Amino acid sequence: MPDFIAQWLNQNEIFTAMTMVEYWNGLVSTVQLVFLSLVIGLVCAVPLAILRTSRNPLVSTPVWLYTYLFRGTPLLIQLYIIYYGIAQIPGIQETFWWEIFREPFYPALLAFTLNTAAYTTEIIRGAIMSTPHGEIEAAKAYGMNWFMRMRRIILPSAARRAVQAYSNEVIFMLHSSAIASVVTIVDLTGAARNIYSRFYAPFDAFIFVALIYMVLTFILVFAFRKLENHLLRHQRPVSN
Amino acid sequence: MLDLKGYGPALLDGAVVTIELAFLSLALAVTLGLIGASSKLSSNRLAKGTATAYTTLIRGVPDLVMMLLFYYGGQVAVNNLSDLLWEAYEIDVFFQFDPFISGVVTIGLIFGAYMTETFRGAFLAVETGQIEAARAYGFTRWHTFRRIIFPQMLRHALPGLGNNWQVLLKTTALVSIIGLTDMVRVAEEAAKAERMPFHFFIPVAFVYLTLTAGSELFIKWLNKRANVGVVQGG
Repeated sequence: MPDFIAQWLNQNEIFTAMTMVEYWNGLVSTVQLVFLSLVIGLVCAVPLAILRTSRNPLVSTPVWLYTYLFRGTPLLIQLYIIYYGIAQIPGIQETFWWEIFREPFYPALLAFTLNTAAYTTEIIRGAIMSTPHGEIEAAKAYGMNWFMRMRRIILPSAARRAVQAYSNEVIFMLHSSAIASVVTIVDLTGAARNIYSRFYAPFDAFIFVALIYMVLTFILVFAFRKLENHLLRHQRPVSN
Repeated sequence: MLDLKGYGPALLDGAVVTIELAFLSLALAVTLGLIGASSKLSSNRLAKGTATAYTTLIRGVPDLVMMLLFYYGGQVAVNNLSDLLWEAYEIDVFFQFDPFISGVVTIGLIFGAYMTETFRGAFLAVETGQIEAARAYGFTRWHTFRRIIFPQMLRHALPGLGNNWQVLLKTTALVSIIGLTDMVRVAEEAAKAERMPFHFFIPVAFVYLTLTAGSELFIKWLNKRANVGVVQGG
């Protein structure tokens, strides 16, 4: 290790083992929150996107309204409404739900999940709508019923077209998750804010956490590029 | 009728702050985006490298972290500067670092990076034949930019610009966290004091919804205008 780095590490009061543990715990909260909301959001978004493409307006309009409301308002407001609002639901404090929702983690998870599900629904809907008609006709000609067409033809084909936009949504969600710190969750940003206020060292606390977020972002970008290469392998030009 | 318990005027002031903040940051973001895109497309390696570093750095870090860094860091930097001025020149000044300005600067910087990408793509979409024709007519570089490239670029940039604006509008809510009294902040204080979260947050959510829906219509109209005379396939 170069001398100046060793010297700097020995002299600084901020980046000690204690604060590293705080940052680590923050990282764990951020990853849990983002991963869970993305997985649950994606699981909800696939059926919602199918309903959204339905020709029956009674089916597609409610889904449209949901995505419109959640995409048209800031996530911070959604988080506040759920976080402060849940305690106000009459009678909730007597049920077992209160045990779950009194922790700030679960209201935040609910808000993030609803938000990402709305965006993901629209992404998947766009991909489903742009399925080449020939693929559907061919599936029908083979005698596939609606369910089999969806499972074997439309959804896999849509997934390939959606993965690019979805990777943006994932990174967007990672960055949005920083607002969890305003409802007292000690995620990465929360840890940085605590460390900032203890040492009054904004540059050290926030630049360090910015670097962690950047590394996480690059890991995601890299992973999605791999996934995209994998999914679009059959379209790659045959090279010499 | 909706009873806002006397918080109505404060909420309205907050809404004005939100809108001012959004427009000022948009102006900054567009300026930075044009500079960034020109640098990315220039042959100067330093300009290209700086612009690439700028967009990569900004897009890797959450908005809120940037905002906290600028607000708290800006305060410390300004304090250090006034200490320095006092020690070196005995000039006694005190700057108060303003959350509004740090909000505008942060949001402008962040969306400047997204605008850079939008404008870069739009510049590339202008046919080179058009530029060559302009040069053949003896247009100077500035004239070519102003009369040929810029108007055609705008048409390609509009959809991306519209998207960025919608995201920017929603990002303004974050300034309430660094203590600026925008409508989210007022609603939060009112909701806590009156213990009525739905009562205050839902109207604010609807103001945002109105703003985004209105922008959507306006962008659609702009798009239609910009594409007059363009034959579209399909």
